[in-house]
Amino acid sequence: MLKEDAASATLIDELVRLAPGDGPVTVLKDTRVLVVRVGDVVVKAHPPGTVERDLRSRLDAARGLPGVMLAPLALEHLEHRERPEHRKQPEHREQPEHPERPEHAGDRLVTIWPAGEALSPDDLADGTMPQDAWEGGARLLARLHATPPPGGIPQAGGPDRLGKAIAELARVADSADTWQIRDVMRIRQAYETLAGPLRAADQGGPPPGARLALTHGDWHLGQLVRHEGAWLLIDPDDLGVGDPAWDLARPAAWFASGLLDPDLWHTFLSAYIGAGGTAVSHDDPWRELDLPARALTVQLAATATATAMRAGSALDEVAAALVSSCGRIVAAAG
Amino acid sequence: MECPKCRGHMRMFDRNGIHIEQCDNCKGIFLDYGELETLTRMETQWAQQQYAPPPAPGGPAWGAPHGGHGGHYGHHGHRNRSWVGMLFSS
Repeated sequence: MLKEDAASATLIDELVRLAPGDGPVTVLKDTRVLVVRVGDVVVKAHPPGTVERDLRSRLDAARGLPGVMLAPLALEHLEHRERPEHRKQPEHREQPEHPERPEHAGDRLVTIWPAGEALSPDDLADGTMPQDAWEGGARLLARLHATPPPGGIPQAGGPDRLGKAIAELARVADSADTWQIRDVMRIRQAYETLAGPLRAADQGGPPPGARLALTHGDWHLGQLVRHEGAWLLIDPDDLGVGDPAWDLARPAAWFASGLLDPDLWHTFLSAYIGAGGTAVSHDDPWRELDLPARALTVQLAATATATAMRAGSALDEVAAALVSSCGRIVAAAG
Repeated sequence: MECPKCRGHMRMFDRNGIHIEQCDNCKGIFLDYGELETLTRMETQWAQQQYAPPPAPGGPAWGAPHGGHGGHYGHHGHRNRSWVGMLFSS
């Protein structure tokens, strides 16, 4: 772990060096991605193995969506070096004339963004959750889905996460005590009910017959910032062509599991439909939401259960609600 | 009416369309013809509702019953930390 911490600290230093200006440094996220705020900008190291051509296409799309998505300031390369204490090297700057040049395993693509004011968990914890965040998010998604997908943009992320979460659950369950085996089995059974079209999506193809649109691919409340007085979507890492209902599926899954206040869910859904959102039919939104919401429920249940098993603890209330939903998904399918 | 078992006084009740007589003394219950079947049918319906609650207006067939036991959301900012974390993460 110490080695990882040191690597992370080194990467933070490198990101700070890439920032165009100075200012207080805050680490906003340190997972598969590393996100650091430096003064008025945010510097983000994308996951290793990110395909540059795809990222460029997504960044271009974000630039073409003023008022909907935050636009990036720059794309940089951070090359893996044995001696990371080297100072900033200008030749590592954006090189659009060689977008296909080979990258090394340790290379990271880095993007630089204006810092927006993120909605934070504290906004919820102290009960001052701004209702207009849900409405603002819904309207932005509706506008995003109404935008013709730019040519060459890759598929939206999202459906591929389910398979990964299930695989990770299986991996953790293999090496853990088996006292949560009933939860694991219930999640697996719910996963099995997800029909062929979803499996196709899982394996990289769009579900046949799905309405395809420009889709965010990873929407949750952390993907909203206030910038210059207006809400904007951030993080185009999964932006692409997909079934736009997936952008509503996470809150739909929360609602269906009894986690999200029905009033907030209806506020969100009404704002989306009211803004002309096309992902769902207005008379029966669950016609389109059912499949992706089931998928997200299973995915979230798998992730929460794997987390609990890794920590050797019982399922908390939230995880239990999701696993319970998996049970109802199985019952409703039977 | 007299209780066939203890000769106590049978009192008549109407409950949800079912007509029953109960003895004030031994608490025994007398059912008319077809009422046992009616009760069985109602019991089955009730069990199905518990097993797979009918969707709230605008919800999936597998949705949790909202409010009461099923609702984990709070009204005064008391929210589970893992729930808040989930709202903000992929």
